Amino acid sequence: MRFAIPLVILLVLIGLFYVGMHRDPRLVPSPLIGKAAPAFDLPTLDGQPPRVTTADLKGAPVLVNFFASWCAGCQEEHPYLMQLGRSGQVRLLGIDYKDAESDLRPWLEHKGNPYGMILSDLEGRAGIDWGVYGVPETFVVDARGNILFKQVGPLTPEVFERDIQPLLKAAS
Amino acid sequence: MRFAPCTASSPRRRGSSFSRLLRGIQNRVPAFAGMTLLLIAGFARAEVETVKPEIALNAQQEALYKSLLPELRCLVCQNESLAESQASLAADLRYEVRGLVAKGESEEQVKKYLTDRYGDFVLYKPRFSPRTYALWIGPFVLLLGALVWVVLYARRTSAAAPAPPEPDQAALEKILEEKP
Repeated sequence: MRFAIPLVILLVLIGLFYVGMHRDPRLVPSPLIGKAAPAFDLPTLDGQPPRVTTADLKGAPVLVNFFASWCAGCQEEHPYLMQLGRSGQVRLLGIDYKDAESDLRPWLEHKGNPYGMILSDLEGRAGIDWGVYGVPETFVVDARGNILFKQVGPLTPEVFERDIQPLLKAAS
Repeated sequence: MRFAPCTASSPRRRGSSFSRLLRGIQNRVPAFAGMTLLLIAGFARAEVETVKPEIALNAQQEALYKSLLPELRCLVCQNESLAESQASLAADLRYEVRGLVAKGESEEQVKKYLTDRYGDFVLYKPRFSPRTYALWIGPFVLLLGALVWVVLYARRTSAAAPAPPEPDQAALEKILEEKP
């Protein structure tokens, strides 16, 4: 009985530490979930139409993928994005983050282009407005232009099936 | 994520032991060169840093800017503040903060700009909000609890301890009388 209280405290602490060990301290929860997607006004890679804004996203759910040709995680997720793009389950919008077009073009030619449209965020300002802190980051935006989910790091089939697909189903 | 190209040119001195060592390395130059080329090819693409115009601040704004940076966390190198971090995102955020300060925004407005995008995590000093009540008040609650416990424990033990025995007055006097 004398040791009951310290024992309980110890067990609670062990439990907290155990949970903490499995959490990624680099993962910063986004304050944008559930809110309207931040406004952007960016040129497309092809320069046609001249600018694209947040309003152009509306109408159907879209995955907004911040990526760059210099980013290792983007190479990693690229084959899966190709697969997603081919499947036609959801629109893919790529935002090329702080990347030179002369670097990106050969990258896309070599590996393929999974995106319906690519916008260029050369200065990284749209990235800041969307709270991007390390590409690749993928946002799920619903038809009304609200952010439902954010994936930091490469998009995997597991994440898509577990977290994103149910949201898309509920949204449509 | 970025790699600064690092090319070292080695001085060659004929006949020294150093040059012998170099020759030894030279025999393997194709392998070294191949590896280096592979590395360079792999990392040739780099983040683009656009040149932005400098933002001038008056003395008061400069002071606000300088005082703000150490309080803001770099999202990339999380144990560094925006003042210290070399990360490219930190440079971009410093530039944004500088721009906001130049526009005459207050400390609170700048912090709001960042927390709207990155959450309270960017602030080294957490805000006092319902989510952080436990964080701010918790230690004092624990301290108070500990004090209450100490007081109760002390009272209980002093009450439970047996009273010291009464001295046997007659025996004492007897001892005193025996002494010369």
